[in-house]
Amino acid sequence: MPRVVVDVVPKPEILDPQGQAIVRALPRLGLHGVRDVRQGKHFELDVEDDVDAETLHRIAGELLANPVIEDWTVRRL
Amino acid sequence: MSAVCRIGVITFPGTLDDVDAARAVRRAGAQPVPLWHADDDLHGVDAVVVPGGFSYGDYLRAGAIAAHQPVLRAVLDAARRGTLVLGICNGFQILCEAGLLPGALVRNAGLHFVCRDQRLRVENPATAWTGRYAPGADIVVPLKSIEGRYVADASTLSELEGDGRVVFRYLDGNPNGAMHDIAGIASADGRVLGLMPHPEHAIDPLTGPSTDGLDLFHSAVDTVLGSVRG
Amino acid sequence: MQARRVLTTPDDPQPYRELGLADDEYARILQILGRAPTAAELAMYSVMWSEHCSYKSSKVHLRYVGETTTEAMRQRMLAGIGENAGVVEVGDGWAVTFKIESHNHPSYVEPYQGAATGVGGIVRDIMAMGARPIAIADSLRFGLADAADTARVLPGVVAGIGGYGNCLGLPTIGGEVVFDPSYAGNPLVNALCVGVLRVADLHLAHASGTGNQIVLFGARTGRDGIGGVSVLASESFSASHPGQDRSRRKLPSVQVGDPFAEKVLIECCLELFNAGLVAGIQDLGGAGLSCVTSELASAGDGGMRVDLDAVPLRAPGMTPVEILCSESQERMCAVVCPSDVDAFMAVCAKWDVTATVIGEVTDGERLVITWHGETVVDVPPRTVAHEGPVYHRPVQRPSTQDAMHASTPDALARPSTPDALRATVLRMVASPGLCSRAWVTDQYDRYVRGGTVLAQPSDAGMVRIDEITQRGVAVATDGNARYCALDPYVGTQLALAEAYRNVAVTGATPLAVTNCLNFGAPTDPGVMWQFEQAVRGLADGCAALGIPVTGGNVSFYNQTADTAILPTPVVGVLGVIDDVRRRIPTGLGGTGDTVWLLGETRDEFGGSEWAHEMHGHLGGRPPVVDLAREQAIGEVLAAASRDGLVNGAHDLSDGGLAQALVEACLLSGVGARVRLPSQVDPFVALFSESSARVLLGVSGACAHRVAQLCTDHGVTVTRLGEVSAAPVLEIAHIASFTLDELRATWERTLPSLFGTPYPPERESAGST
Repeated sequence: MPRVVVDVVPKPEILDPQGQAIVRALPRLGLHGVRDVRQGKHFELDVEDDVDAETLHRIAGELLANPVIEDWTVRRL
Repeated sequence: MSAVCRIGVITFPGTLDDVDAARAVRRAGAQPVPLWHADDDLHGVDAVVVPGGFSYGDYLRAGAIAAHQPVLRAVLDAARRGTLVLGICNGFQILCEAGLLPGALVRNAGLHFVCRDQRLRVENPATAWTGRYAPGADIVVPLKSIEGRYVADASTLSELEGDGRVVFRYLDGNPNGAMHDIAGIASADGRVLGLMPHPEHAIDPLTGPSTDGLDLFHSAVDTVLGSVRG
Repeated sequence: MQARRVLTTPDDPQPYRELGLADDEYARILQILGRAPTAAELAMYSVMWSEHCSYKSSKVHLRYVGETTTEAMRQRMLAGIGENAGVVEVGDGWAVTFKIESHNHPSYVEPYQGAATGVGGIVRDIMAMGARPIAIADSLRFGLADAADTARVLPGVVAGIGGYGNCLGLPTIGGEVVFDPSYAGNPLVNALCVGVLRVADLHLAHASGTGNQIVLFGARTGRDGIGGVSVLASESFSASHPGQDRSRRKLPSVQVGDPFAEKVLIECCLELFNAGLVAGIQDLGGAGLSCVTSELASAGDGGMRVDLDAVPLRAPGMTPVEILCSESQERMCAVVCPSDVDAFMAVCAKWDVTATVIGEVTDGERLVITWHGETVVDVPPRTVAHEGPVYHRPVQRPSTQDAMHASTPDALARPSTPDALRATVLRMVASPGLCSRAWVTDQYDRYVRGGTVLAQPSDAGMVRIDEITQRGVAVATDGNARYCALDPYVGTQLALAEAYRNVAVTGATPLAVTNCLNFGAPTDPGVMWQFEQAVRGLADGCAALGIPVTGGNVSFYNQTADTAILPTPVVGVLGVIDDVRRRIPTGLGGTGDTVWLLGETRDEFGGSEWAHEMHGHLGGRPPVVDLAREQAIGEVLAAASRDGLVNGAHDLSDGGLAQALVEACLLSGVGARVRLPSQVDPFVALFSESSARVLLGVSGACAHRVAQLCTDHGVTVTRLGEVSAAPVLEIAHIASFTLDELRATWERTLPSLFGTPYPPERESAGST
């Protein structure tokens, strides 16, 4: 059964306070050089062979992501 | 039109403030009608309240799963026919996820859950849910949320502002980073309202900071019974 | 009858020591079974005989509580210690159940999940009494406020309590936040839950009735916290610092909470109760199925058969030991009559709750558990659940007590000039011990369910339980570990007195007591002495006040390396008020009211906040405790509430009169003009922590009646001054403060340590 990965991240123009909290925390740990972090969600879907690309994009765009605030990518592994 | 205003109160798994919303409906002289998430009709109610809580745990995104349930499809149909709809907190998130109101609610800029008695300005007393308020009225209503930051794109914001659809705005400092200090917005026809603060928790000075929230429910009853005051 | 299966072979490993069993405990298991235990049996005995589950070190002392509880005190008790949580009748056909429980060690390892699952666990305890949970309070203790690890632990614990409690739909209405270096490696997270039920609906956990079905419902069983609570709660940590060594340390298995599942479980349980489908019920907490099967079986009158193959699992390949010891959260176990099983399953299906019959009550006397067709457990259930080991640990008063008493606070430099007193007031108001807790409590939903009449920072939380009669209950938790270090007997009574007073100042009548006893290792005779003294102090105090202890929890092994925490008994008191509309708000009332002080002020600074904050000193004797006087003040307040004579009240405790005046002004949003009593030194008047004192805001017209009430009850009254229209607290001849200055001073401390919960203005206009 194929595995499909959907990654969802906040759109660039949406403030991501969780990502910013990570950016601010890194120097305190002595880890430097990170300019920005966007925190998102990672979904792993085990799907039947006959699920087509359009269906996958509907799954991602209609439920897993909210297009108002988030971008997404779909990858077949 | 019936002499008694019947207002549906929806319960999803994880809804928390349904009992409170029903109490506020009763206090405003209307009859609360419990609606279950699996219902596919609204039992002929005159208005619907989508109450606060954490429907389905809000695990995917606040309101995302609830927005796809049968009762919400019925709410969308009813709203198209002019039925009054109020979304409070999680209910507001659900209405945005369902596309009934524009924009989205995301995590507070401060990252913390915020529970406080929040001052608000009533920006538009001409909606179906705000007729009882004076223009610019200053009210205090509890706010309690962790995903309460209203966001929308620039054109949506200017449309909302231009059409008077920003109904409530935060005063005394923005508690969550909402754009334009927006606490609540309405649909173009003013019959669908969503807000983050909880008017149902401000109906009795014994259990809330004020009685300022009650007029929201009175306003809806006025609208339904056709006696909106000018 | 079929011949008994050979359960073990001589080759089966018996790692009993690794499981925490002592040699003599293992020998006792061999004797009970007449053979070597199976792995599953060994695991079961070891978790159930752990300190956490068996109370083996505390039992002999806790007996004293029962022995000192008179029939008169039991009058309102429908269930007491021994059940999951005590139940008290409160009138109008209502009963209330409440209990407090520790989740200390898990909250140090993983603050968010540790605290969250602590809330989840106590809420299920309340559900197991057939009650609807209605409110939460959390008593929290951390290392120094500015310590690095506190910055890791405190925000996580607070977010965990909020994340779970808010999502569950229970208002958080009270609790405490205390800082002391002794909690640096061992924070205390004690969660209290209150529930209500109709008296007629009380459900006690038992499994009577041969053929009754055992139904496991709620979350699936996974590998969460295998040995988690039991091992975590019974073995102290080494001196390692998890915060600094996250990547390399070996994480104990931490349970993860799912508040949504618990919310659905609550509604499902209540529907099952209302439909009369439950013969017995118990929650799954520490020790999981091991605990619930052995306790249900031994509380009934028969045996029990359980089939582990029926248990819905979340992880593949789980062994019987893992299934029996899993501490997966959000699970309950019910005993159901065979004829009710279908209806039971239908209710669970409506709520989308997984429910499975996993066994039945049998007419034997054994708990028999099978897996893959083999018998993996065959034991007399009482030997697992109730007849565990009992220890009479050595008890020895530490020789250091005398030196501590000798080191009195009398020699500490005291402020005497008006300027120095003014500066001390401000320093104290801003201190971590006394500053505003809003940074913490604003992360908790106090409004949900619409019945919250009082919540933090009020002296006690109060919720309405009946919207028609307006009956309500009030609850407060208190504990002062510094007093207990100086004298655990008196210190525990002072905690009881303070919680009692905090309930009484709301106008409610105290009815019942619960407690969470947090101590170091029971193997330390000095710790056992503290424990024994605390239990005796509590029991004697309750007898003096005439209110029973209805439940409690013991947490030992609270220490970092060999250093124990300060002895910390946390006492919860529950009271009833027949009409919540007559509650007394915390504060001073309004303009036109007069400010009174009830009680007497002595020069008492041993263990005080002042000695701690200004001098880092802990020595001498704690304040004198006078429970008769506390009771008299309680009666004055109940009468004043009933007759509407006072518009505000505030208890005096940590920080003394100065702190109480500041808080009362800020909470009521009014100023006051007061004059300190001339016969007492101003410093003593402002900062002494003498007990049995209360501040009142008395309606102008009612002064005479309040004075008469106090005379009738033998309570000393001092008229301090009046509430003023100007937003200023003025202490004649000493200092005056604007409310703005006091508010800013009181509120800034925690946000400056832990960050502001609100974003800077306009930071977030959509750009990043």
